[in-house]
Amino acid sequence: MQVPILKQGPYLIASIQSALSDADLMQLRDALVRKVSTFRSRGVIVDVTVLDVMDSFASRTLNDLVHMIRLRGADTVIVGIQPEVAFAMVQLGLTMEGVATALDLEEGLEFLDQKLKHKGTGPRDG
Amino acid sequence: MRKNTEQSMARSSSMTPGSGHLLSELVSHLRENSVMLREEWARRITEAELLMAMSQEEIFAEATSVYDNYVEALETGTLEALQAYARNLSERIIPRGVETHEVVGIVLLLRDVLARSLFAKYQGDFDKLNRILDAYEPAANRIAITVAVGFVEQRERTIREQQEAIRELSTPVLQVRERLLILPIIGLIDPHRARQLTEQLLRGIRTNRAKVVVIDITGVAAMDSHVANHLVLTVEASRLLGATVIVTGLSPEISQTLVNIGVDLSKMNTVGDLQGGIEEAERLLGYRVVSIRDAVAAQPG
Amino acid sequence: MDETRVPILVDIDIVAARQNGRALAAQLGFSQTDSTLIATAISELARNIILYAKQGEIIMKPLNHSERCGIVVVAHDDGPGILDVARAMQMGYSTSGSLGLGLPGVNRLMDEFAIDSRPGSGTTVTVKKWRR
Repeated sequence: MQVPILKQGPYLIASIQSALSDADLMQLRDALVRKVSTFRSRGVIVDVTVLDVMDSFASRTLNDLVHMIRLRGADTVIVGIQPEVAFAMVQLGLTMEGVATALDLEEGLEFLDQKLKHKGTGPRDG
Repeated sequence: MRKNTEQSMARSSSMTPGSGHLLSELVSHLRENSVMLREEWARRITEAELLMAMSQEEIFAEATSVYDNYVEALETGTLEALQAYARNLSERIIPRGVETHEVVGIVLLLRDVLARSLFAKYQGDFDKLNRILDAYEPAANRIAITVAVGFVEQRERTIREQQEAIRELSTPVLQVRERLLILPIIGLIDPHRARQLTEQLLRGIRTNRAKVVVIDITGVAAMDSHVANHLVLTVEASRLLGATVIVTGLSPEISQTLVNIGVDLSKMNTVGDLQGGIEEAERLLGYRVVSIRDAVAAQPG
Repeated sequence: MDETRVPILVDIDIVAARQNGRALAAQLGFSQTDSTLIATAISELARNIILYAKQGEIIMKPLNHSERCGIVVVAHDDGPGILDVARAMQMGYSTSGSLGLGLPGVNRLMDEFAIDSRPGSGTTVTVKKWRR
């Protein structure tokens, strides 16, 4: 199951459409990292609204993804984690520290805009 | 599973063979004298000061229904109808404060009133009286148990529902302004309530699109390490949804508990009191609170 | 309701196992939150099978006791087994380079947890959750 990746201005948006296998997740990670370089994107949004389970592998892969993209100079925000999923994740100890989160796509875009504005006026922190 | 016990009770209530004709004789006696016996029963209920929450008319009306159901249960040997009636009756009288001892009391009184009428009728034939009582007593006892159990079960159900309602009420998620929720927690937090609170808050964040949440625990005197851990999980889960949590009103005791269980306090945004917490929340949301006079003065032109 | 068995051979089976588990939990009347906790626990158990034993099986079935209802999930494999079960139950222990949150985390997600494992004779993890 391939995850569609949309280019929107300086951002990439990956909207997960259905449950993902481990292989799908790794493919998503690699594709995003590649595309951030190709398009010189400044930010990435990963929409996980449809995921009804986030186990240790999924959180770890997303965590890796965020850090790999940061090394490319772009910010990532994970949006749409469901309340029940968040509850299960923290019980497992999967708190995704250092990873930005937002309620939904709209909030995610606002977060990236703020980041970009901040970077435009001040020194780059990447 | 309650269903199963009801079925097995209903099955075991079918009368033993041989007692059939005695029971039908008994039933017709109770039907023939129903008016007199019902009045006697109602009189003894009043005398014993039972069902004080109900008026004489109500007692008599219920007594009539219970009596008819009682005789029918004796006749058919099945308890389903009586069970349904007992449940229905309990539902009506529990909110009026009728107690378990009253319900058990009135059923036992009915048993006694009917037994006495049997003594009076068969006093000349001791052998027959014995056989009638042999048929009557087990059936009457089963009926008494059915009504009492039905009442207690209904009462438990009511208490559970009330507890549920109180819990809902005691963890209100309040939206004070756009994107800002306040969760004032008051009273004792057990693991069950803690969990309910978390679920309510997480859903509230999503439905209200909250960005900042102030959890005020001024009203919580103490929490054990389990609940303290749960509080930390709640803060972390809220962040995963994209909301920042500010905890206010930590008592010295609770702070101690948090330190003892090794909570990384750098991950917890804490502010002394609710007022400060709301100010901090507004700052995070980009609001700036100024007095109206200053705001007007600051306006150009 | 009968038991559901899901063979765990490749990573996509992890998804099948947890989806089956969620469906069964919902059917048994578990809340959405509890169903999610159960599905997540199943995901972790199935993942352990793939990681440490290569293949195995997840078995789930309803629990019907006189007092309460619930679900039992059994994760079984004939893999190398766990050398030190007590250590595996501590946070952060793992021999495969993963974070090793698996077993203690599953323990926290569920109400009851039992593990039977000896080196060379496979591992069976049995977890239960009761409906409130």
